[in-house]
Amino acid sequence: MSRIGATFDRLHGEHRQALVPFVVAGDPDLATTGQAVRALARAGADMIELGVPFSDPVADGPINQRAYQRALAGGVTVRDVIELVGQARSAVPVVLLSYYNPIVQYGVGRFCADAARHGVDGVVIPDLPADEADELVTAARPVGLDTIFLLAPTSTDARIRVVAGRSSGFIYGVSVTGVTGVRDRLPEEIQELVERIRKVTRVPVCVGFGVSTPVQARRVAEIADGVIVGSALVALLEQPGDKVARLEQFVRELREAMDAVGARGAGPS
Amino acid sequence: MASVTQKGRFGKYGGRYVPETLIPALDELEQEYERYRQDRLFQEELAYYLQRYCGRPTPLYLAERLTDTLGGARIYLKREDLLHTGAHKINNTMGQVLLAHRMGKGRVIAETGAGQHGVATATAAAMFGLACDVYMGAEDMVRQELNVFRMRLLGARVIPVESGSRTLKDAINEALRDWVTNVRTTFYVIGSVVGPHPYPSMVRDFQSVIGREVRAQITAEIERLPDYLVACVGGGSNAMGLFYPFIDDPEVKMVGVEAGGLGVATGHHAATLVAGTPGVLHGAFSYLLQDGAGQISSTHSVSAGLDYPGVGPEHSYFKETGRAQYVAVSDQDALEGFRLLSQTEGIIPALEPAHAIAYLRTLVPTLSRDHVVVVGLSGRGDKDVQHVSRIVQSSIDASSRPADATPRIRQSKFAGTPADKAQGGPP
Ligand SMILES: Cc1ncc(COP(=O)(O)O)c(C=O)c1O
Repeated sequence: MSRIGATFDRLHGEHRQALVPFVVAGDPDLATTGQAVRALARAGADMIELGVPFSDPVADGPINQRAYQRALAGGVTVRDVIELVGQARSAVPVVLLSYYNPIVQYGVGRFCADAARHGVDGVVIPDLPADEADELVTAARPVGLDTIFLLAPTSTDARIRVVAGRSSGFIYGVSVTGVTGVRDRLPEEIQELVERIRKVTRVPVCVGFGVSTPVQARRVAEIADGVIVGSALVALLEQPGDKVARLEQFVRELREAMDAVGARGAGPS
Repeated sequence: MASVTQKGRFGKYGGRYVPETLIPALDELEQEYERYRQDRLFQEELAYYLQRYCGRPTPLYLAERLTDTLGGARIYLKREDLLHTGAHKINNTMGQVLLAHRMGKGRVIAETGAGQHGVATATAAAMFGLACDVYMGAEDMVRQELNVFRMRLLGARVIPVESGSRTLKDAINEALRDWVTNVRTTFYVIGSVVGPHPYPSMVRDFQSVIGREVRAQITAEIERLPDYLVACVGGGSNAMGLFYPFIDDPEVKMVGVEAGGLGVATGHHAATLVAGTPGVLHGAFSYLLQDGAGQISSTHSVSAGLDYPGVGPEHSYFKETGRAQYVAVSDQDALEGFRLLSQTEGIIPALEPAHAIAYLRTLVPTLSRDHVVVVGLSGRGDKDVQHVSRIVQSSIDASSRPADATPRIRQSKFAGTPADKAQGGPP
């Protein structure tokens, strides 16, 4: 079983949900990201999602776009991010989020092999739908890299079946019809999406896109197996001062809010 | 599953590389388009608007002074510049906006580079009564300010895009983000044969009216097919529209002319097929201008409509199979083409097809009078006049006329030359 699968098994046993923070690798530089990986795990992250910078991130709102630009200004490449994961030796699973073209240029097969060898546990590619992913899935399976595909509120049940069939580790449930960003309110559609996914598959579902506050994280933890928080953390890296300490503090707050759910909601799932 | 993927492929190029949120919308679009493609009433309505509203068919014009000046093959111009709004873009927007209208979408969005596709979308939206938002790079809004005003006059909202290189590529990114957010109510009118399936096929079909007319017109005139088709390639829609009805005629050679900018060797250009490598951008696997790490390069062209680091996947396929050749023409040569057509034929071309005209100076002298070259004159130059005047300042005037455009008086087709007349003596 993959490290991601084992993590969900453990969390299910504890009636807790996964907290998955996202930052862009190399924002503002690779050394900071290395520190952030350790700090996030310390603060209670169950998995860490690292963004590989891309020049044209069409699924992202302005906050993540700026982060990618900062990382690109430092010349960060796929190879740098894979090596960073190797050096960081994260205590919790690491998932890379990358647009497809940097992976295509690196070579899909070589990417999967190198990523797995350096301790990457899974990959999310926001512009690679499951039915275009033959090459990725074929290369990822034998090296034990989980392939995490996305589902959205617009996904039909037929689509959910296609995506569930190719997903391993977890399924990334997109909370909103839209791009990443910080949002005041989360739409009601999430619950319905998670329920529709659960009718089809036992693969855990983590929900992301727009989850920005401890209150929202708790709300998502009530319906999904995990909560992905991105832009709200990335925004903290834009501010001057001790960025890593701020990340750590905020992730602790998210963790506490979510664990209040676990304690309350303990019981058969 | 395999069939979905296969349908959107040209060899290994094409596909649907977009966020999952859009997949159901692309499925719906594919089904609806397929249905209306075979729907007689839809096709009749489209043909009606293309004829009565847009001005089709456009003339195929024998450019005699240009032919004489270049001294080689006979040159025919397919006059898409004479269409309503001044470019071929309206062929596609009439089709897509009519489809949006049939599908009950109340709002259309578009990206635009030169502004021609934005104007053509705003025009069709005004005509059908749909709301229209156009994304345009802030840099392009400066280069093409006349078109910004035209779009606003037509009732569209023009949204400046400040991200990235602030040109067409970034406008497409923003339009895709808008579509991801508003996909249930919004139809995305893509302006070229790019994007995820079914756009490259759909836009090709709407633009193929160009080549179908050329085929009928040239056959009526010379009783055979032309030897060459030449057109500029940005995303590749006017070229694809001209080429496609001839792809099964091996005697017809095809040349796509890309933007060579400051020169392909300088790295400041937009010659995607000439100098790029395959990769994934804006929903398709196709040739791209990118660095070794897969980051998309910024491009340069004097012409906003060609200033794009991608190209339609079917062109990538034609390049691979050798069905079409692709060449690059520099900014400077394109400006020369701009002047050449203006002064030999009294037709001011848009800067985009000025690249195709410029390439004739290389191609045509290698051929004889027996050969026929058809050039896609995709748009007129009004939108560029101000921009060109800023670049070349006052260097375009009669005294700087190039040697190859000496003012030789045209022969009248119908009444001989003015000199003949003078000798004959009017009463
Ligand atoms: C007149 C004209 N020709 C050509 C183009 C390039 O587009 P395509 O390659 O899709 O024909 C444009 C784009 O704006 C244009 O305005």
